[in-house]
Amino acid sequence: MDSILQGLGQAFWLIITFDPDLYEIIAMSLRVSLSAVLVASAIGLPLGAWLAVNRFRWRRTTIAVLNALMGLPPVVVGLFVYLLLSRSGPFGVLGLLFTPSAMIIAQVIIITPLIASISHQAIRDLWAEYHDLLISMNATRGQRIRALLWDGRRALLTATLAGFGRAIGEVGAIMIVGGSIEHSTRVLTTAIALETSKGNLEFALGLGVVLIALAVAVNMTIHGLSGTERAPAW
Amino acid sequence: MSTLAGTLATGAAQGCEAGAGTRQPLLPLVLERAEARARGKLLIGPVDLTLGRSGFTIVMGPNGSGKTTLLRLMHGLQRLSAGTIRWNLPEPIARKRQAYVFQAPIMMRRSVLDSIAYPLLLRGTPRSEARARAADWAVRVGLGAALHRPAPVLSGGEKQKLALARALIGGPEILFLDEPCANLDGRATREIETILLDARAGGTRIVMATHDMGQARRLASEVLFLYGGRVHESGAAKGFFAAPETPEARAFMNGEIVE
Repeated sequence: MDSILQGLGQAFWLIITFDPDLYEIIAMSLRVSLSAVLVASAIGLPLGAWLAVNRFRWRRTTIAVLNALMGLPPVVVGLFVYLLLSRSGPFGVLGLLFTPSAMIIAQVIIITPLIASISHQAIRDLWAEYHDLLISMNATRGQRIRALLWDGRRALLTATLAGFGRAIGEVGAIMIVGGSIEHSTRVLTTAIALETSKGNLEFALGLGVVLIALAVAVNMTIHGLSGTERAPAW
Repeated sequence: MSTLAGTLATGAAQGCEAGAGTRQPLLPLVLERAEARARGKLLIGPVDLTLGRSGFTIVMGPNGSGKTTLLRLMHGLQRLSAGTIRWNLPEPIARKRQAYVFQAPIMMRRSVLDSIAYPLLLRGTPRSEARARAADWAVRVGLGAALHRPAPVLSGGEKQKLALARALIGGPEILFLDEPCANLDGRATREIETILLDARAGGTRIVMATHDMGQARRLASEVLFLYGGRVHESGAAKGFFAAPETPEARAFMNGEIVE
């Protein structure tokens, strides 16, 4: 109990003294996870909508695979991306291993299925509601997808935030491809793992509190900006 | 010679598709031995039917007689299983010149203004112009005070008026309505009927299913009586209401339960 209180105290202290190392780590965490969410949303949201609107032969299989990929083990993704980006790998010449870019790539792979799958479920329900109307109004396939994405934007926000949650708290993949190099690729989760293994429990706990606070802050900011739970009925 | 003139007229009309003035009419619509099936089970048909250029057709019949399926079939929402449906124009053009009002209005998660403007936006009308025309239509159907309210929170009657404005804003040549006044009170029903009569006076062909006998008498110029998935009796409204020819239609008109 004592160490927990000490950790909270330490967290508070780190934040109010504007500890430069802490803020550097926070900035890196946000940079990597927000970039990954941005890229994954750009792929996952239209993919989810497309899967909801189109009927094709392997649709059910594709959706089943997508749902299974939601539980993709991050360490395995990390290993996979490591092999691709390492010197001897196919993309070795790009020199991306142990850079923030490598971490973003790994996180995109981890959260895209999650975002696509949640948005698919939301869009599928909306499509069931809109189907007759949009067909009757002679909307093209692209117009249908755009209408569904726009009108389903609040549900899609949930998908995006779920993706962000998984990205910001993820440690296995970014540890492998980023290496947790000080002043370069160290983020909150990898720093916590490192400090814990060094026996620096208070500091690790302090970082943990900061991490949770950060996740809550980002969620509340986005909810505040988008007006969710304020507009009536949708 | 007359054939040549006809061909030229067709070519000219298709050539200036966008221009409103002298375009090739959408109607008549001809159904020949049309059938609709779901998983092999016959829903309606075979139906032989011709819808002329003008008029207000009321589709009547007991529940399950196929009124909704027939409307959906003509509009292209229900797959045709056998027979033919022929507009006076090629199918892709015909699809753009019709509108449909559903029994349970489908409300998009947008404001009233944006919902009514949506069909215009789909056709590439600039947003500002679409909004201006939508505001005009909202006033015409009595939703002028609700422009910026979210469509899903409107009352039942308001939703149905929104659906009507949304269907009419594109200037359809034919409008299908599936019991648009079910569950509405007398006043809302009268308001909707006024809008429909205005649209008809403006040249819109109307085909509407209803259970309301009074409404049918007020609006119809032509009646289709469906029974068991077929057009059991059809004809001018006057004759039909005065003396239905078939015993089923007579029983239905007398308020008896027809099964």
